[in-house]
Amino acid sequence: MTGSSIAGSRIRDRRQLAGMRQTDLAREVGISASYLNLIEHNRRRIGGKLLLRIAGVLDVDPSVISEGAEATLVAGLREAAGDQESRGVELDSVEEFAGRFPGWAQLLTDTHRRNVELERSVESLTDRLAHDPHLAESLHEVLSVVTAIRSTASILADTRSLEAEWQARFHRNINEDSQRLAEGAESLVRYLDAAPGTEADIKSPQDEVDAFLDAHGYHFPSLEAPDGKDEERVDQLLAKDRLLKSAPALKIAHDILNRYQADAGRVPLKPLISAIAVSGVDPAELAMHFGVDLPCMLRRLAMLPSEAAGPTGLLVCDASGTLIMHKPFDDFAVSRMAGACPAWPLFRALAQPQIPFCLRIRQAGRAVEPVTAVAVAEPVAAARYNSAPILRSYMLLMPDRQGHDMAQEPEEVGTSCRICPRGDCAARREPSITQDGF
Amino acid sequence: MGNTVLLIEDEPNIIEAISFILARDGWQVKTHSNGHDAIRAVREHDPDLIILDVMLPGKSGYEILEQIRADPDYGEISVLMLTARGQVKDREMAERAGVSRYMTKPFSNADVLHAVRALAGP
Repeated sequence: MTGSSIAGSRIRDRRQLAGMRQTDLAREVGISASYLNLIEHNRRRIGGKLLLRIAGVLDVDPSVISEGAEATLVAGLREAAGDQESRGVELDSVEEFAGRFPGWAQLLTDTHRRNVELERSVESLTDRLAHDPHLAESLHEVLSVVTAIRSTASILADTRSLEAEWQARFHRNINEDSQRLAEGAESLVRYLDAAPGTEADIKSPQDEVDAFLDAHGYHFPSLEAPDGKDEERVDQLLAKDRLLKSAPALKIAHDILNRYQADAGRVPLKPLISAIAVSGVDPAELAMHFGVDLPCMLRRLAMLPSEAAGPTGLLVCDASGTLIMHKPFDDFAVSRMAGACPAWPLFRALAQPQIPFCLRIRQAGRAVEPVTAVAVAEPVAAARYNSAPILRSYMLLMPDRQGHDMAQEPEEVGTSCRICPRGDCAARREPSITQDGF
Repeated sequence: MGNTVLLIEDEPNIIEAISFILARDGWQVKTHSNGHDAIRAVREHDPDLIILDVMLPGKSGYEILEQIRADPDYGEISVLMLTARGQVKDREMAERAGVSRYMTKPFSNADVLHAVRALAGP
């Protein structure tokens, strides 16, 4: 969603940043407020002299409006600024920076992302050292034997006129212990070698699964067989994979692929593509057509090739709000580290399981198009008295107004509080670093 | 104060080495090598000082120390604790349980002798 189509959004953002009303800007550049409103909502194209005049009044380089900066790049920069607690970062010129120095901006966001990854690696390594029972036990064994050897050796070295009988005994002990020490050290080295410890794979299992799904484009032709579930096919697929390294990641991927296969059995690919060709991508309509529950259809639509269903994104969380799956979508930024926004339909659906939501939403503070979000939460296990809520909430993201004619004005939601400019928000957790600018 | 030391430790060659150096220093050394009935061993041997390993089969050194401190006859006895991990958390746990002195493996024979003599008093 880059390019001139969202020049209007950028004008709106810059105007709001400048604290200017629509009518004032319209008057300054000599057009009507209603025409400016159409431009700002990307309903009218803008170019040439008018663009230059608007850029002049807003005091920005025209290229900032006409080319704009890659939205994800800007979001990445905001995230970097937010996480660093850095005072004195010129947040109001973040788009200009990204627009004028895209290479540097990319380097900065990449560096920041790498930083976050490394911090996580350090955390998981520390965790391993502190909580790994095998490691603790091995070290204890080695230290005990070292103590015995040290003690025995110093008796042999320091005791004058040690009786021959004692001497023989301590020699034997030291010999035994040195063998044990060699074995202990060897097994420790073997363990450390074999453990997932090399730099590349100290990712969270979730990261591994995301990389795996992404590498396949979230679509698995070999699981699309019409005869339904067949465990072997999932195993074959996983056996060929090189991205999933940790056991937990394999387990998660296994579950996702089994569910995928079951979904594909209930909603076969070819009939689904034909149905989409007839009536478009309306998840509720399609779910009814195939006689399946809505979550099944949302998963299915998220895992179709994009030429069949257009671009889609998917977020899945459990009842704690923890994201358990994330298929990225261009116009909707999600940061696992920084936390999410409670205004997302994903979380509203949690409060009313089995009631679907369909909303046009737009992330505040980002020069992006609105998106269509379809969300629903479902119980995934039978209810028991006083038990934990076993729910999964799904939110499918699609391009604006896709599949369903919605008159509703797009609703503003956040990305995560630190970088969210929405001023009057009752759901806010912490102050925003972007609010000073307003 | 008498001169009986009870060594509660499960590593046979450490038992032998420590027993040897303490015996040479003039101590009566009794040994016991598991956690289950350590407190019974204390009553049976009636020691003047206890050397207690933290990692024992059956019961941890901290639990045994708590039992000793709760015992009407041995609540005040000096206890030297041995551990293979020198982490702050371990030290804190030992101190909370009422340890008299704390030593981290691998220690030297001189360390042990020094600690035992210091605990025995002048």
